[in-house]
Amino acid sequence: MSVREFAERGADLELVGIQKRFPGFTAIEDLDLVIPAGSFFALLGPSGCGKTTTLRLVAGLEEPTRGRILIGGKDVTDTKSHERPVNTVFQSYALFPHMTIIENVAFGLKRRRIADPVGKAHEALRLVELDHLAQRKPQQLSGGQQQRVALARAIVNRPALLLLDEPLGALDLKLRRQMQLELKGIQEEVGLTFLHVTHDQEEAMTMADTVAVMNKGAIEQMGAPAELYDLPRTAFVANFLGQSNLFTGEVVGTTGAAVTIDAGGTRIVVPTARAQRHQGEVTVGVRPEKVALHAEAPTATADRNVLGPGRVIDASFSGVSTQYIVDVPGVGAVLVFAQNIGVGPVAGVGAEVWVSWEVEHGFGLEDDPGESGRFPADDSTTAIAVQRREALVSELEEH
Amino acid sequence: MAFAAFATTEAQPQAPKRKSRIALFLLLPGILYLVLFFLTPLISLILTSLQAPAEFGDIGQYSYAFNWQNYVTVVQQYLPHILRSFGYALAATVFALLFSYPLAYFIGVKARRWPLLQSLMLVLVIAPFFISFLLRTLAWKQLLSDESFIITSLKALSLMAPDAHFTGTPFAVIFGLTYNFIPFMTLPLYTTLERLDTRYLEAGSDLYANPFTVFRKITIPLSMPGIVAGTLLTFIPAAGDYVNASRDFLGGPDTQMMGNVIEANFLVLLNYPAAAALSIILMAAILVLVSIYVKRSGTEDLL
Repeated sequence: MSVREFAERGADLELVGIQKRFPGFTAIEDLDLVIPAGSFFALLGPSGCGKTTTLRLVAGLEEPTRGRILIGGKDVTDTKSHERPVNTVFQSYALFPHMTIIENVAFGLKRRRIADPVGKAHEALRLVELDHLAQRKPQQLSGGQQQRVALARAIVNRPALLLLDEPLGALDLKLRRQMQLELKGIQEEVGLTFLHVTHDQEEAMTMADTVAVMNKGAIEQMGAPAELYDLPRTAFVANFLGQSNLFTGEVVGTTGAAVTIDAGGTRIVVPTARAQRHQGEVTVGVRPEKVALHAEAPTATADRNVLGPGRVIDASFSGVSTQYIVDVPGVGAVLVFAQNIGVGPVAGVGAEVWVSWEVEHGFGLEDDPGESGRFPADDSTTAIAVQRREALVSELEEH
Repeated sequence: MAFAAFATTEAQPQAPKRKSRIALFLLLPGILYLVLFFLTPLISLILTSLQAPAEFGDIGQYSYAFNWQNYVTVVQQYLPHILRSFGYALAATVFALLFSYPLAYFIGVKARRWPLLQSLMLVLVIAPFFISFLLRTLAWKQLLSDESFIITSLKALSLMAPDAHFTGTPFAVIFGLTYNFIPFMTLPLYTTLERLDTRYLEAGSDLYANPFTVFRKITIPLSMPGIVAGTLLTFIPAAGDYVNASRDFLGGPDTQMMGNVIEANFLVLLNYPAAAALSIILMAAILVLVSIYVKRSGTEDLL
């Protein structure tokens, strides 16, 4: 595919056995990935997981230590960044400060000697509703406007593959929602292949057809957002993509339909089809919104797991729902998201409660219980500090 | 950048009267200094440039007059020197820029990963300042004299004609000017290139610009403040320089610049009005050239 012409439609991207080492650490261990043409693909992971490196490898801004990169079936591993039919919306936008908005947007078209660059640039600016600011300099625009210009500057080139590097990170929530919808609309309209890198799980789930969760330079799990959320395979995915209650215990019985584990004296049942491991120590989980709270002991049935009695140790009201943390002796803390359907609080702190969920909502994880555990939310500062420390420790160990 | 400049000229809210008086008081030493050592000599120079030879006076005796013909006379007499000054200064500025830009780019951008190398190279750029530039220029005179190792070797290799000289030629003067002003070019270039955000270069490459186009369309425009500062710091003193072109250093009779002529008129010929008129012409010409240059480089359409 020549960079001299517009891409007719998106191209598929294939990464084969990619490894990327930097002096002192390995960013990507061994990555294989196929992104079909025309899809909106999100790479989701915490900072330092190698997702931005992957994007830079595809853009040609870094060279892989090992492996091949194919765009539209053509090997581009050895071609330079300016020869690839790829455009990037950078996290920092990287709008050229010495050029006006229109000059910024027309830059790529001029380099490719495409006819009527200024006219096409105006068209792209109209798409992001910023044509009236064409003669301004980037510094005169707000963050959200700059972001839209960066987007226009990339899509005006009709690349076979558009790379988005956390482009919405700097926007406030409302603008972010609006841009997410716009991006999705543009992608459907022009039919390009989008590769979106983000650490925001909500953003990845709303926008992408396929989400790949990345951790420590490898893809943990890949699939449609609903699929990933419904049936996470590892503790990392279970906790990075939303939140989960995880319980670890020995398998005490396996039938064709269900696996039963013994978690601190309580029996928990998960469907066999939804469990990755069927014997030994396993970790099973359930999403907090699937868990129901009861003020009185519910009657045990075969299709419900019941834990309790326990005590509510924290209840935080957030409008549509209330988050409860219930301490169940022998099992630990259980997180419950209860929709505020009724009037007034369901349970106060200190109240004695039971929790239950339908067996078919549970899932069994594939990783060793020793490694699993509650994964802290990405935005908590302690989590970031712990991650940083772990990264530093592992870096030190390598030397 | 341009924005910072606008920000400072924004109208400040009216400060209380007492404060403005304190500000004036604090400014006073500076104002006095400028009046005493800049304005007074300038006026004196203008008055001298208009003097006429004293009636029945000796050589070197002049009286105040409005003898504007002095300017016409010196321009007619010294036009080659005036043109030569600006020609040499321009050549030296261009050569210094061509030499300094890659050097500053290496120190400011490529050497970012090795801070030690970066500071070492900066020290090397500044190191010549530890020795007087007169001594260094004299040293070059020795190194490039007809009997020097360099010149005799070049002649032995037939790279230079046997009867050719290097010192005393325009090349030697331009070489000396270039050499002496390279640090003044390199340091401002380094300061802008050191702050150059390489993400812009990546963005350019992502938008199909080959490395040469990235340099032309992004690196050069973004380092324009350094280029303007460096060329001004080189061109202005080089145009008025009288050391490199002097017969005692790298120059010869045919390489005399305005500075040498002004010196000769003041100290040898004792023609003070001519020397003063030449000084005024030099200043005015530099002022005009520089303002045209700054205006052009500031508003030039960079697309």
